Amino acid sequence: MIKRINTYLNSHEEAAPLAVFRLFFGLLMLLSIIRFWSYGWIDKFYISPSFHFSFYGFEWVKPIGQYTYLLFFISGLSALMVALGYKYRLAIVSFFLSFTYIELMDKTMYLNHYYFVSVLSFLMIFLPAGKYFSLDALLLSRKAKHKTATVDTNIQYVPRWSIDSIKLLLGIIYLYAGLAKLNSDWLFKAMPLKIWLPSKFNIPLIGDLMGQEWVHFAFSWIGAGYDLAIPFLLLWKRTRSFAFVLVVIFHILTRVLFPIGMFPYIMIVSALIFFDPQWHKRVVYAFAKAVSYPKQLLESGIYLTAKSKGLHKLSLGIIALFFCLQIAIPWRYLLYPGELFWTEEGYRFSWRVMLMEKSGYAQFKIVDEVSQKRFYVDNSDFLTPLQEKQMSFQPDFILEYAHYLRDHFAAQGHKNIAVYVDARVALNGRLSTTFIDPSVNLATIKESFAPKKWIIPFTDDIKGL
Amino acid sequence: MKKLIALLSFCLFLIACSDSDDPAVNGDNGPSEVSFDREAMLAHWADAIIIPGYEDFATKVAALNTAATNFTTATDASNLLALQTAWDNAYLTWQRVSMFEIGPAETVNLRLNVNIYPANTTIIENNIANGDYNLDLSSNRAAKGFAGLDYILFGLENSPTAIVGVYNGPNGAAYKQYLLDIINDMKFRTDEVLSNWNTTYRATFVSNSGASATASTDRLVNDVIFYYEKHLRAGKMGIPGGVFSGTPAPNTIEALYAGDRSKMYFLEGLQAVQDFFNGVSYDGSTQDESLSAYLDALNAVKEGADLNTIINTQFDTARAAVTGLDSFANELENNPPIAFLDAYEEVQRIVPLLKVDMVSAMSISIDFADADGD
Repeated sequence: MIKRINTYLNSHEEAAPLAVFRLFFGLLMLLSIIRFWSYGWIDKFYISPSFHFSFYGFEWVKPIGQYTYLLFFISGLSALMVALGYKYRLAIVSFFLSFTYIELMDKTMYLNHYYFVSVLSFLMIFLPAGKYFSLDALLLSRKAKHKTATVDTNIQYVPRWSIDSIKLLLGIIYLYAGLAKLNSDWLFKAMPLKIWLPSKFNIPLIGDLMGQEWVHFAFSWIGAGYDLAIPFLLLWKRTRSFAFVLVVIFHILTRVLFPIGMFPYIMIVSALIFFDPQWHKRVVYAFAKAVSYPKQLLESGIYLTAKSKGLHKLSLGIIALFFCLQIAIPWRYLLYPGELFWTEEGYRFSWRVMLMEKSGYAQFKIVDEVSQKRFYVDNSDFLTPLQEKQMSFQPDFILEYAHYLRDHFAAQGHKNIAVYVDARVALNGRLSTTFIDPSVNLATIKESFAPKKWIIPFTDDIKGL
Repeated sequence: MKKLIALLSFCLFLIACSDSDDPAVNGDNGPSEVSFDREAMLAHWADAIIIPGYEDFATKVAALNTAATNFTTATDASNLLALQTAWDNAYLTWQRVSMFEIGPAETVNLRLNVNIYPANTTIIENNIANGDYNLDLSSNRAAKGFAGLDYILFGLENSPTAIVGVYNGPNGAAYKQYLLDIINDMKFRTDEVLSNWNTTYRATFVSNSGASATASTDRLVNDVIFYYEKHLRAGKMGIPGGVFSGTPAPNTIEALYAGDRSKMYFLEGLQAVQDFFNGVSYDGSTQDESLSAYLDALNAVKEGADLNTIINTQFDTARAAVTGLDSFANELENNPPIAFLDAYEEVQRIVPLLKVDMVSAMSISIDFADADGD
């Protein structure tokens, strides 16, 4: 067994798939940053709001005023450098750090695909993606002309695991996204698609169908089946082309139907990694021809070998640990009582996408516990519409906001402050019900990973994973 | 590879189409489960509710203008009474259109310019004394509009005779000029909104019938809910009742000086929102496609009771609770004003029904941002 693992770890493959992946990934990320910037979202979501919701443990990560633009600039520049393969290791580390910092600034903006970008760019730190068809390789060859002895050489082959690790990550994402859809709301009530699709009546060609119940069920079942099957269809050579056509259709359809930004393009381009290395070589050659990249650098016939055994082992260890965590984290919800969709304890970072139509309304009451004087909070005084929307149905947001209100009114000179909330939440077409125990003083509750006992239990039952 | 490019370009075409603001393809051919025609709903809103509302309001403002001209030419008690009545009529009609702060009304900030209350009497008196004011400035918003008129038509002195005396007094010309200027400011903005609806905006509004944060349905529903929550619930009741401050603030009611109007104005506003929800035309003669019918069409039947009925029932309950109150001014003399706050609670209960249940059932977007369905 160990021998087989070692053989596998020492086997090599053409570096072209990594290079193509790096190129497209970098360009798409650059495009994402430009798109975000051009919509004025940096100011709207990160600079204008006076308050930001933090991830537990990352309260120190906050937007940095006008310098937030610099942060996005660094992120975009790093993405470009990744695409070009210029100072790759530095660029990908800088991209991972800046992008992740941006995502940690306000959890209102949390999206699974931003998490995917962070996770993927972390993985790419440990992959030799900048060694082939890159500015680094080009500059190295120029240097090599002047000096006869160099430590580095232009390589053509990389360890097979470095390409397979991206496939594994994509496989995990699809599989977990599919497993998460195996619940009674999705499969037997066609929820939330039954709510979402009818409002898409004005899409060309298929708009007419969006109101029909059988379409809602068909989309639900096909969606679940797609997520579960696609990693295997992509892995198997005979179904690969067909699977890729499915990937394109599926993601374009989600792009047409839902406001999910760049995610579909990222997934489509990522799925290319499953293609045969020879296919990627053709892509590389086409690009190389266009930019007059010297062909001999693409056919050096040299295998990448680790410069330092210790460092190599450390990298492999980190990647192994990384994948163990990726596989384990989506199951952490099992540690919490109650319905996951309702409490959302363990909901994020688990590839649960498009599963819920959930909205809420939270009215906060500030009480002076001694004089019993009370008043209500106007949320729009403190939160943007998007923040208020996200806050009103997620318990950790509600608690963090309650603490913010406590501190805000304490600073204004109010005494003996207690914070209560009247929160109502509707989930997947059910009538709204009380969400948070209205008799609990949130000012005294501490945030932690422990189960939140002040959430009123879900009144219905959703079966499944 | 070629097939792939063909496929990709077809998909890009799809995206391009879905992103554009083209008039929507109606989705009501064939036996669909949900076949709600948003364009028809928007047309009904524009043609039977919003535009007739603004027409009526513009007429009332014009009448107010005429009454003011009469009063400034023949400044006596009977012309003051006529002017006060014209003001009351226009103010009541305003409650019917205040919620439609979209398109032209949003552009000219109609609500902010016409109905910021309570009036800032210091600024008003300063403006009149200086004679040098620019009503376009946002700093003057609390010194004009209905609230400004409320003060200079009812609040200058304790009796109508004494008020007429001010206008006939040594500084009378300045008061008259300010009166005319305020009304002109309202008239100018109102006429602009109405003419915009009648010329270009109606078509823009109706054809933007898609489903996104920028589509007419989503935007107007958000605007109306915002109006309900912020201006009807909070402005007319919550703030005077001390809901957000802990102390009742009777001086913040609408029509503070005219007396005993604020309850009537509130009820008119509440009725206007309910009528909009139900698609009752402005003249009350017909009922057509609107949010209530949309909810029915979306088959939003949940837990045995349908949302349409639940929302209408709560509207009726809230109206009954507020109708049962004494005048707002009298209710607010109690501290705490328990009956007033109880009625407020019923008004409040509509907010989550609209903001959570209705919006969720209709899949209305709150704001334009990327999402992955939470």
